[in-house]
Amino acid sequence: MSDNLTLPAQQGSTGASTEALLKVEGLTKHFPIYGGFPIKRKVGAVQAVDNVDLTVGVGESVGLVGESGCGKSTTGRLITRLLEPTGGKIEYAGQDITHANRKKLAPVRSEIQMIFQDPYSSLNPRQTVGTIIKSPMEVNGINPAGGREKRVRELLELVGLNPEHYNRFPHEFSGGQRQRIGVARALALNPKLIVADEPVSALDVSIQAQVVNLLQKVQEEMGIAFLFIAHDLAVVRHFSQRVAVMYLGKVVEVGDRDSIYNRPRHPYTHALLSAVPEVAVDDETENRERIRLAGDVPSPISPPSGCRFRTRCWKAQDKCATEEPPLLQIGGNTEGHLTACHFPEEPSVEARSEDVVMDPALKALENDGDVSKD
Amino acid sequence: MTTLTKTEGEKAPTGPDSFLSVRDLRVRFSTEDGIVKAVDGLSFDVERGKTLGIVGESGSGKSVTNLTVLGLHNPKTTTVEGEILLEGQDLVTTPEKEMEKLRGNKVAMIFQDPLTALSPYYTVGRQIAEPFMKHTGASKKEARDRAIEMLTKVGIPQPRTRVDDYPHQFSGGMRQRAMIAMALVCDPDLLIADEPTTALDVTVQAQILDLLKDLQQEFGSAIIFITHDLGVISDMADDLLVMYSGRAVERGAVREVLREPRHPYTWGLLSSMPRLGGSTSQPLMPIPGSPPSLLNPPSGCPFHPRCTFTDQVSGDRCSTERPPLGEGRAAACHLTAEQKQTIFIDKIQPRLR
Repeated sequence: MSDNLTLPAQQGSTGASTEALLKVEGLTKHFPIYGGFPIKRKVGAVQAVDNVDLTVGVGESVGLVGESGCGKSTTGRLITRLLEPTGGKIEYAGQDITHANRKKLAPVRSEIQMIFQDPYSSLNPRQTVGTIIKSPMEVNGINPAGGREKRVRELLELVGLNPEHYNRFPHEFSGGQRQRIGVARALALNPKLIVADEPVSALDVSIQAQVVNLLQKVQEEMGIAFLFIAHDLAVVRHFSQRVAVMYLGKVVEVGDRDSIYNRPRHPYTHALLSAVPEVAVDDETENRERIRLAGDVPSPISPPSGCRFRTRCWKAQDKCATEEPPLLQIGGNTEGHLTACHFPEEPSVEARSEDVVMDPALKALENDGDVSKD
Repeated sequence: MTTLTKTEGEKAPTGPDSFLSVRDLRVRFSTEDGIVKAVDGLSFDVERGKTLGIVGESGSGKSVTNLTVLGLHNPKTTTVEGEILLEGQDLVTTPEKEMEKLRGNKVAMIFQDPLTALSPYYTVGRQIAEPFMKHTGASKKEARDRAIEMLTKVGIPQPRTRVDDYPHQFSGGMRQRAMIAMALVCDPDLLIADEPTTALDVTVQAQILDLLKDLQQEFGSAIIFITHDLGVISDMADDLLVMYSGRAVERGAVREVLREPRHPYTWGLLSSMPRLGGSTSQPLMPIPGSPPSLLNPPSGCPFHPRCTFTDQVSGDRCSTERPPLGEGRAAACHLTAEQKQTIFIDKIQPRLR
């Protein structure tokens, strides 16, 4: 089984290939919880990210999806070293930066940039657009040919803003335009990797597409690798060549776009995909499986033993509670498609003969009187 | 086969099934910067037991419309014109005392953010019981039993103990379930849901949406469902109203509007949205520009500055003349029916595959 050729070939990098720009192994972040009186002691830890493996190839865009609290943003912050990892290893271009100090990090920092979610709080309201975009160059002592101001004007034009807006303040721009400023700032240092943490989720639908197109243009034309963190599965699918699905601090499934969206194996990926509300523009969209989980994501302070998804899984058995499933290429998966599950699902998203409804209230309402079933 | 008929006739009696009918509603706020025309000549009907979806971007007036229906606007700074007829009773002129009897009883609302909509000081059970006691005159004990019954219905585990919990002890999805229980406690005829799932995760959103649908079957309430997510609307609504800049630009049965949209704005919304089944090889087609300011909305058709098809309309009608929204299945656009069909089939539909 090697239909790896279906991947967009232009970037050349598929999965854990030789040209890894960023390599993350066993990345772990536990936030300590202190309690007790009068002396505060560590009483527990929020296991935000636990043993995450991830690779981003040169010029590749990798999507990271999951629900809130699954640790996707923390992973992004660990990779940019805005947070100190508790364990594991982060390797950037062959260099170990897991616990690198300021001095050692300085040259790497200019190559890994970040785009934030909220364009209102991520821009300094007291600085002009010019100053905002210029400051990464000042910090890193970069003097582009023709001066910094010329470079800023080029960048503004590149992201679709008027270069004459150089002296304006962020409040004079709309949400979509501010996000463009954020993109221009991230591009100022010619980075090799951009970590985009929910870059479009604060924007209106019609504006979202503008920013997604801009990021895609930047990614393809400048060959920048992206780690695209988002909860919107459709946006991630549109943007990323490879996708990793996270649940409660762990990567449960990773693979190329086609594998994850059309041949998912992990029950959680199935549930996630079936929960996305789709616009029915034709009849095809109506033939999708329906899975309704019960309740919410458990607390990462005391995650379930074994497989973390087992408390909400319809296939869970005793083995799931005792043994943690490793992230492996299980039988029937294409190369680079890894799934962490003992009892994987069929690789299809078509409607099943019977819906999976775990929610007790829904089950009660639907069984009684057989409403909304047929 | 649309159910949203009789809209423009100002004094026309409402249809036999139309439970709520809004006629030429205009809502204006006076602010320091001038007058904001939040809603500008909006008409729609909601039938009993049916769901009307209202979709639009932020600032399109969808929430204001529904706050006005409930009379939750600030009367000092707001002027409301037009009619809001709930079973023939005009809510615009109804005094506050009367409104109090309707709110939470005949008309209830589910808000977007359950954490800010629930009071942190009272237990969930008490908050559910309160409207029930007020409107039915039930005793404390009866109201508490009713609250437990409602919590069971919306799927809160161990309702007998959770009834005494405070909102912070609930998770996001459970809080939204509690909000639904609170809204349905008096068996309302009309339920207004203002982005009820926007703050939730997808898997929880799917649970809540299905729950609302199933509960609607059981309670037979009419629902006005407000959202910016066309996918959610496609799943929930029977009829759809697309709003832009305080006006309705397109309306009809939800399947018709989503499968054969007739307004350039609806085309824009559909083709700017990535879909799970869509093509990934071509870029998205965003709507150029950004939504207009309601302080100074564009003349004529409010969408004309962002519309790519204005050149197909003779003269400058788009910028001078406001296109009317016809009756029933309609779109407020100057393009002729043939033009719309050609554009949709040639340019828009291929992008949606």
